[in-house]
Amino acid sequence: MTDINTAFSELEKHIINDFQQDLPLSSTPFADMAERLGVSENEVLNTVNKLQESGVISRVGPVFTPNRIGVSTLAAMSIPSEDLECVARIISAFPEVNHNYEREHEFNLWFVVTASSEEHLAIVLHEIEQHAEYPLMSLPMMKDYFIDLGFKLQWA
Amino acid sequence: MEANKLVAQLSPGDRELIKIVQHGLPLVSRPYADIAARLSTTEQDVIQGLTRLINNGAIKRYGVVVRHRELGYKANGMVVWDIADDSVDELGSCIGKFSCVTLSYRRPRRLPDWPYNLFTMVHGRDREEVKQKVAEIVETCGLHDIDHAILFSTRRFKQRGASYTPPDNIEKPADYLKLRTAVDTAT
Repeated sequence: MTDINTAFSELEKHIINDFQQDLPLSSTPFADMAERLGVSENEVLNTVNKLQESGVISRVGPVFTPNRIGVSTLAAMSIPSEDLECVARIISAFPEVNHNYEREHEFNLWFVVTASSEEHLAIVLHEIEQHAEYPLMSLPMMKDYFIDLGFKLQWA
Repeated sequence: MEANKLVAQLSPGDRELIKIVQHGLPLVSRPYADIAARLSTTEQDVIQGLTRLINNGAIKRYGVVVRHRELGYKANGMVVWDIADDSVDELGSCIGKFSCVTLSYRRPRRLPDWPYNLFTMVHGRDREEVKQKVAEIVETCGLHDIDHAILFSTRRFKQRGASYTPPDNIEKPADYLKLRTAVDTAT
C-alpha cells in the first residue's frame, strides 16, 4: 500500500492539496501557484506534469456540475462473470462513458454515461444495450447533496 | 426537462470552450492563450468564458482534480441506502458532509430489483477503513434502522472526466459490433 506520507515530496503534497478549489483565472496560473509555493514556474509545471503522467492528478481544470452542461446517468448491469470483461470493454469504448467499474453485487457493472441532451443520452443507452446484449438499469440523479471541496489528503 | 434547458442556454462558443477544457488545461505557461489560439479567439475571451461558466454554476469546482486510487485510497465503496422519501434530503446532506465522502446523490428506486435511493461514495485506504467510516456515518447520522449495502469496486475499466460529445459524433453501431467480434475472437 502506498504510504502517502513518504510517497510524495513536500512540493507534490502542496500541489495536490492546495489548488483543488479556486485556481486563479489569471493568464499565468502556474506562475501564480509557483509564487504561492516559493518555487519556479518550471518546477510547478514539471511537477504537475509528472503527477499527471503517473495518474495521481487526472487534470487541472473544471469539474462540471452534474446535469448542467450535459445530461448523465448512472447505469448498472448484471453480467455473468465469464462475459464481464468483454462487455466492460464494449461499454468503455463508448466516448459517452466516463466511469466504468466492476462492483461486488448482483449488479456487478456500474458506469456513468454523459451526453449532450436527453435525446443523445437515450440513444446511447439504447446502443449500449444493443451491443452489450444485456439489459441496463438507468438511475439518473434526482438531487445532489454533495458540496465539492476537492479531496484533501491528511498528511501525518 | 430542466437539464435540457440549461444545455440549451450554452452558447456555441461556450460549447467549444467546454470541449477543449474538459480534459484539463495544457501544461504551459499561458494555457488560456494556448486554448485561445485553438479557438481563434483571445486569451481574455477564454478567461471570461470560464469565469462565466463558474459564476453561472456550470462549473462546480475549478482546480487540481486527483485520482483517489493513485493517492493510496485503494478502496472505494459505493454505499447505497434505502431511506424513506421524506428523510432523504436531511440524511443525504448529513452523509455528504463527511470528508471521506465524495458523492451523495438521490436516485430513483427500481423495485423489485433495486430498493436503494441514496448513493454515497466512501473512500478509504482499505476495505476495513471504508467499513469503519460507514459505521461512523451510521452513528453520526442515526441510520441504525436503515437498510444499506456497500458495493466495493473490484476493477476499474475506465475513469476520466465526462466527455460532452455532440450527437453527430456517436460512432457507428457497426464499429461496436466489430469491436465485440474482435473481443470474442481474442478470448
